[in-house]
Amino acid sequence: MSNAISLRGVTKSFGRTEIIRGVDLDIPHGQRHAMIGPNGAGKTTLFNLISGRFSLTSGTIELNGRSIDGLAPHEINRLGLSRSFQITSIFPRLTVFENIRCGLLWARGYRYSFWHLLGGQRALNEEADRLIERLNLEDRRNVPAGLLSYAEQRALEVGITVAGGAEIILLDEPTAGMSHSETEYAVALIRAVTEGKTLLIVEHDMSVVFGLADVITVLVYGEVIASDVPARIRGDKAVQEAYLGTEAA
Amino acid sequence: MSADATQRAPQGRTLSAAPGSAGLARRAWPWLVAIVAALLLPWLFFDWSTHRHSGFALTMLSEIGLMAIFALSFNMQMGQAGLLSFGHAILFGLGGYCAAHTMNAVKAGAMWLPVELVPLVGGLGGLLFGVLFGYVATKQRATAFAMITMGLGELVAACALMFMGFFGGEGGISTDRVIGISLFGVSYSSSWQVYCLVVAWTAIAVLLMRLQTQTPLGRMANATRDNFERAQFVGYDPRMVRFCQFALSGFFAGIGGGLYAIVYEIVTFDTVAAAKSATALLAAYIGGAGGFFGPFLGTIVVVLLQSGVSLLSNAWLLYVGVLFIVMVMYAPGGLVGIIAQHAPIARAGRLRELIVPYVRILLPGAFSVFGFVLLVELASFTTIGAAQGKAFKIGPQAVDPATAFPWLLGAAALIGGGLWLRLEARGFRARWDALMADAKAKGVML
Repeated sequence: MSNAISLRGVTKSFGRTEIIRGVDLDIPHGQRHAMIGPNGAGKTTLFNLISGRFSLTSGTIELNGRSIDGLAPHEINRLGLSRSFQITSIFPRLTVFENIRCGLLWARGYRYSFWHLLGGQRALNEEADRLIERLNLEDRRNVPAGLLSYAEQRALEVGITVAGGAEIILLDEPTAGMSHSETEYAVALIRAVTEGKTLLIVEHDMSVVFGLADVITVLVYGEVIASDVPARIRGDKAVQEAYLGTEAA
Repeated sequence: MSADATQRAPQGRTLSAAPGSAGLARRAWPWLVAIVAALLLPWLFFDWSTHRHSGFALTMLSEIGLMAIFALSFNMQMGQAGLLSFGHAILFGLGGYCAAHTMNAVKAGAMWLPVELVPLVGGLGGLLFGVLFGYVATKQRATAFAMITMGLGELVAACALMFMGFFGGEGGISTDRVIGISLFGVSYSSSWQVYCLVVAWTAIAVLLMRLQTQTPLGRMANATRDNFERAQFVGYDPRMVRFCQFALSGFFAGIGGGLYAIVYEIVTFDTVAAAKSATALLAAYIGGAGGFFGPFLGTIVVVLLQSGVSLLSNAWLLYVGVLFIVMVMYAPGGLVGIIAQHAPIARAGRLRELIVPYVRILLPGAFSVFGFVLLVELASFTTIGAAQGKAFKIGPQAVDPATAFPWLLGAAALIGGGLWLRLEARGFRARWDALMADAKAKGVML
């Protein structure tokens, strides 16, 4: 079985500073994969490389066996990869409904059409409403997204990310800044909407990571020091020293 | 009544409900009312003794129509897509040149085209140049986009004076709209007939632009304006969105230019110049770029100032400028924004309570405006007006601008009115805040 995401010898430098220092990583289809590591380890940078926001310095990244070298973010998205951002990234002046519908448009083949009136696209609108219901945002349907609470905006961003039905989902700290109950709700939501998909998630909350992930990769100073099932990561000496130990202390 | 309004409001805002025939009728009537009103308006100025329309009124109303198309097409870039253009007039003007050349060709018998379709030629010309310039300009966004459009504007303005064949130099291209071919057998020799054509095309263009906002492209233009990076990660190339939006906006600007060629029967260098681009920007800002109809409202204000006040005063451009600055400073949402801010209070059913506070700030406001206008007119009279051999009057009373009295009166009204306004503004704000708090408590903010 081919991998959904496959990294080989990936490096990324900004000027003289090498942020990612030779990462090899395989994520099979359908796996929930979490990436952890101390601040500045390069987790978000790696996300930006996989989603095409940054270009590689060296190495290759393949999605479903296809190299993404030189592709723009929207082209990578069309290959079936969708992502969220560490800092909430939504369309603040559009309503919740329109945010979700914008997430659906390309995937449903509307492209740059200026001859379809969206009001008449019943199937599209119903699909957007169904997703809004799953996100538990029905009450906020017609509110500009910029006016939502923080947790609601995070939920909306997860919604936009999964709306198009991308097969590979990248979530960058989806629960950052949330209260305990909000986090619980967000994890349940993520679990539900990424069912059967390949998920790569960056997260600091260890309860989220160990509760959600099939496999955990630990990134320290731009290198993978361990990649294994949660139980073995917990017992890994190097990980404890480099990361969990300092966190616990 | 307020509960009724809150229930209706969300429905009006969503576009998901399929337009049934009843919904269509409800949405169509404001358009029909507007068209009928536009057709009735010139009759207010009709001279029944000579049985003639007022040429001035018809020209002014035609100008409002074609400039409204222009300003709305400008807002397709600025309001909808967040692209501030400083050279939008090139699309308008080039559309106008295309239309003028086409009419001349038809008149010469070189081609067949009814007058009614000439604005469409202008539109296609605008679309062509929109594709051409859009390819260059939409590679960038934000400030870089603004700079490129400014450069393109200067480029075309320079070309207009260099390439005589197409642009006709400073004299421009003269044309004749009476080309003898019409779909309806109309000669278009009278301003009234031309005005009807302008109304028809304005209605068509405005309706199409309105519908365009509800298409996938229109929505994604909003989305890329709000967050171009997020738009990339839902599969859209923001550059392509900008490009398509720019080209379509060129189409509509060109329709405005085509109407210009028909109304004035001459297209000159002015139609592509920076001042024309600035007019669209002024109209959009004064009316409000946030709402669809804001630029239309702004166009009415700007054209009235341009046509009406320019008859009375040499300083009309100064007034437009001051109005622009005041709007940008105190009402960045424009006139439409000001109206929209009242919506929660209206839904709470307490709009009436604002009447007295409004009178109390408008009175000192009128005083300071009077003082300001008096000072500006005095200054302009001593430099220009006196040379034209006019006499200076305040109302029916002739006043000598060489004496101190009118200057002191102006200064007193401006300063006194300003101080009084500051005093009243405090009370107004308190009243406003209380009403907004009440609207919030009643849950009718959205």
